[in-house]
Amino acid sequence: MKVTDQDVSYVADLANLELTSDERRRMLRDLNSILDYIDRLNQLDTTNVPPMAQVSDWFGVDEHKQGSERFDYAAREDIVEGLRKSLAPREALANAPDTDGTFFEVPKVIER
Amino acid sequence: MEQNALTIDTARSSISRRETTATALAESFYSVIEKKNHSIGAYLTLSKDRALAKAGQIDDMVAKGKPLPSLAGVPVGIKDVMVTRGTRSTAGSKMLENYIPPYDCTAVVRLEEAGAVVLGKMNCDEFAMGSSNENSAYRPVHNPHDLSRVPGGSSGGSAAAVAAGMAVATLGSDTGGSIRQPASFCGVVGLMPTYGRVSRYGLIAFASSLDHIGPLTNTVKDAAIILRTIAGRDPMDSTSADLPVPDYVAELDLPVQRLRLGIPKEYFAEGLDPEVRAAVEAAIQKLAGMGCEVVPVSLPHTEYAIPTYYLVATAEASANLARFDGVRYGHRAANVRSLSDMYRRSRDEGFGAEVKRRIMLGTYALSAGYYDAYYLKAQRVRTLLTRDFEEAFKKVDAIITPTSPTAAFKLGEKADDPLSMYLADIYTVTADLVGIPGISIPCGKTKEGLPIGMQILGRHFDESTILRLAHSYEQATTT
Repeated sequence: MKVTDQDVSYVADLANLELTSDERRRMLRDLNSILDYIDRLNQLDTTNVPPMAQVSDWFGVDEHKQGSERFDYAAREDIVEGLRKSLAPREALANAPDTDGTFFEVPKVIER
Repeated sequence: MEQNALTIDTARSSISRRETTATALAESFYSVIEKKNHSIGAYLTLSKDRALAKAGQIDDMVAKGKPLPSLAGVPVGIKDVMVTRGTRSTAGSKMLENYIPPYDCTAVVRLEEAGAVVLGKMNCDEFAMGSSNENSAYRPVHNPHDLSRVPGGSSGGSAAAVAAGMAVATLGSDTGGSIRQPASFCGVVGLMPTYGRVSRYGLIAFASSLDHIGPLTNTVKDAAIILRTIAGRDPMDSTSADLPVPDYVAELDLPVQRLRLGIPKEYFAEGLDPEVRAAVEAAIQKLAGMGCEVVPVSLPHTEYAIPTYYLVATAEASANLARFDGVRYGHRAANVRSLSDMYRRSRDEGFGAEVKRRIMLGTYALSAGYYDAYYLKAQRVRTLLTRDFEEAFKKVDAIITPTSPTAAFKLGEKADDPLSMYLADIYTVTADLVGIPGISIPCGKTKEGLPIGMQILGRHFDESTILRLAHSYEQATTT
């Protein structure tokens, strides 16, 4: 067993999930079974292999430049209005579970 | 009119020749949907107003004798992970049950600008996570070839709709095989373009470095037409490639003689169903008979693709799905005690079991102490998988494999065993990790009459070659 009950609680906490006790039991079983399978990656020596984060790293990157300039191909002008017109507040709030018409509303954060 | 027999060109020309109107065609598809959707479950939401408005525009153009665009009046469906302004977009999740997006996905905009009529939104696994469509929060999709079987996933509704004549073509998304595997199970064509070929703007994110949008169609030519329409740079997606879009349709008829086809031995090993093997091997022989050269190749890291995929995809998913917090849109739990209670209970109630499992696995793989051992390790193996293909593509122009180790399985068969479900993607996930294009085309049926799919993989941005091979095979095998 790689993952323990405590790990499940800790990770659920990080992921902002509550999970019922039944869900926690299943999660423990499933995560361990998947991680056991994933363990086969340790058969491979990857000491000198660079990590690959993104496929598009391979296209258009200017290796002669430094830092973010290497990715100039992906840059565009910074336009105040954005490429598409910003949403009107009414539209931006239309899907919100709770608003006062100007802001998103959430339960009180600061306790007195 | 027989809906199943319609291609993009026959639908468009029946409108341009005034044998029907775009409005009548849309209405006829809606009556097929009304008849079949209760048993198949391909559609989650119909967008009749939007469809009929578009069809009306096309009919106006016909009446005024204006030239018609390439998809004029063609009825299409959109996987529900792509947002559509004013039309509910659920991603197959309860989390977004009432979500009405304020903007449109770029690929959908491009289809509509080319005249396509969007009939509605297709059922799928929740947030595109699944291989059988059983993870839809709304209802499962049934395979039109055998209603007791799954259509594949996660674009199960998109594949089933094309197979059942409920749309001429659909858009799906592919993160680990979600276009190609259901295409294979439903006996239709499914194309995953190169990463960056099609803008992901408006695709509800699952795993950003792996997500692709692509077409599901009845013919290879239709897939080429749709790709030509949706491909190309979009300033709204910085990962969309700034490369010219070839005329995929014109290049379909180029000869296939002397193209070198790689057959990777790792894809024809243990676990491959004998009937699937026989059908794919026969298809390879057919292509050899057409003048292609068959070359054995090796992709030595193949067995590491699934573990790599389930680390990279879940890590990215755990980050992407953090946005669902019940504040700005999506489900919010009632009677919450505090902000943190609201987050937790909203996510608990809004997400289904598989989505939670993947968020948990991804969060674990990224958490302090495990990042190097899991996430970073997987990214390094991703480089090894990419090198496998770079080596192979020095020797061959395309690689041929089965799309899936088996034909469509029964509903419920793998539902309780996540690992065995993950293994259904064993031949498809690597192309997503490497970013190369792949297409699945029908290559026969099992004794029980279930479709079998052949997968053709190509070099980065070389959709032309795989489309050409697929088209030649299709032309040689259909009458």
